[in-house]
Amino acid sequence: MKNEWPLWEIFIRGQHGMSHRHVGSLHAPDAEMAIKNARDVYTRRNEGVSIWVVEANHIAASSPSDKGPLYEPSESKVYRHPTFFDIPEEVGAM
Amino acid sequence: MYAQMIKSEATQDDPEKLAAFQARIDAGEKIEPKDWMPEGYRKTLIRQIGQHAHSEIVGQLPEGNWITRAPTLERKAILLAKVQDEAGHGLYLYCAAETLGVSRDEITEMLLDGRMKYSSIFNYPTLNWADIGAVGWLVDGAAIMNQVPLQRTSFGPYSRAMIRICKEESFHQRQGYDAIRQMAEGTPEQKKMAQDALNRLWYPSLMMFGPSDKDSVHSAQSMAWKIKMNTNDELRQKFVDQTVPQAEYLGLTIPDPDLKWNDERGHYDYTDPDWSEFFDVIKGNGPCNVDRLAARNKAWDDGAWVRDGLLAHAKKKAARQHAAE
Repeated sequence: MKNEWPLWEIFIRGQHGMSHRHVGSLHAPDAEMAIKNARDVYTRRNEGVSIWVVEANHIAASSPSDKGPLYEPSESKVYRHPTFFDIPEEVGAM
Repeated sequence: MYAQMIKSEATQDDPEKLAAFQARIDAGEKIEPKDWMPEGYRKTLIRQIGQHAHSEIVGQLPEGNWITRAPTLERKAILLAKVQDEAGHGLYLYCAAETLGVSRDEITEMLLDGRMKYSSIFNYPTLNWADIGAVGWLVDGAAIMNQVPLQRTSFGPYSRAMIRICKEESFHQRQGYDAIRQMAEGTPEQKKMAQDALNRLWYPSLMMFGPSDKDSVHSAQSMAWKIKMNTNDELRQKFVDQTVPQAEYLGLTIPDPDLKWNDERGHYDYTDPDWSEFFDVIKGNGPCNVDRLAARNKAWDDGAWVRDGLLAHAKKKAARQHAAE
């Protein structure tokens, strides 16, 4: 297994102005080949205007079990949402 | 605005490339960091996005000033959340600027030694709690005027940062209006404080949009490049038209005796701010310029050991991991 190609995560910009979005993964020996492969695998129907590839082992991810400590604190901070404040209709959109 | 008086940089590029670049912009395409772009476009954007980012960061100071003295725990939590958002907005924008080839430290140092500016508005003090309401209502209201059209700006990372910021900005203005409304509907003394805050912050808020169009010499190139979407006077007028009914609802008076609805124009006529005051503040002579820069410099200097320490720790950890492999 020593000579296995590394896994790459593929990000595609769907159209001008949008962010790149993760679409999937593939194997390739290097970045250049990963882009070429991504073009063949993920943009055969004009799905993109730009490709990013990142070697999968360079991606650090939060742990699913940390969901509670990471996101629960913001649940009680309802005032971060604009709808928390009553704005009289007469004064227009705000 | 958060970016005021950004001078468009001259560009000396191949005319054919320039024409192709302009055609992309005219077609509504976004320019991305690795695309070819004129040097002038790059430099102007670094200045504009950088100034915008600095404004978000320095803008935390006048509001942070009242976090510990907010009148209730709820208001304190809200203000804290708002100031926290501003730090995030600064971060989005610094990152957008960094895609243009300037480093975070470089751009920070340019703020700290005065080579780069931040919005003139943050050189005014927040003297009491009513000012905090007025800042959210007026200053964030004025910022939104400019930031909403900038969501369509030609530079992709800037546009995407603005989209995110605008989503969060509505909370800022509404919490401000809510806070000042509570004062305006409170005791006579509270209402007087609300009026006093409006009196002091009205003209500085109008100044945020930058000099009058007739004195604004740098607009044409930036508008062609779609990094400036409206003229200063257009946005200022829009802000006045939006804000007058909001003040009326509160029973507060805009401190401009000549302010009146003009049926023919379909807009309010208003008095321009004192531009000599604006230029004086920009030059460094506003009430808080020295304090603001001193606070930013102190934060940068005091934080140096943390930045260095964490980096040293990360390097040590990486070296250990490397040795273990």
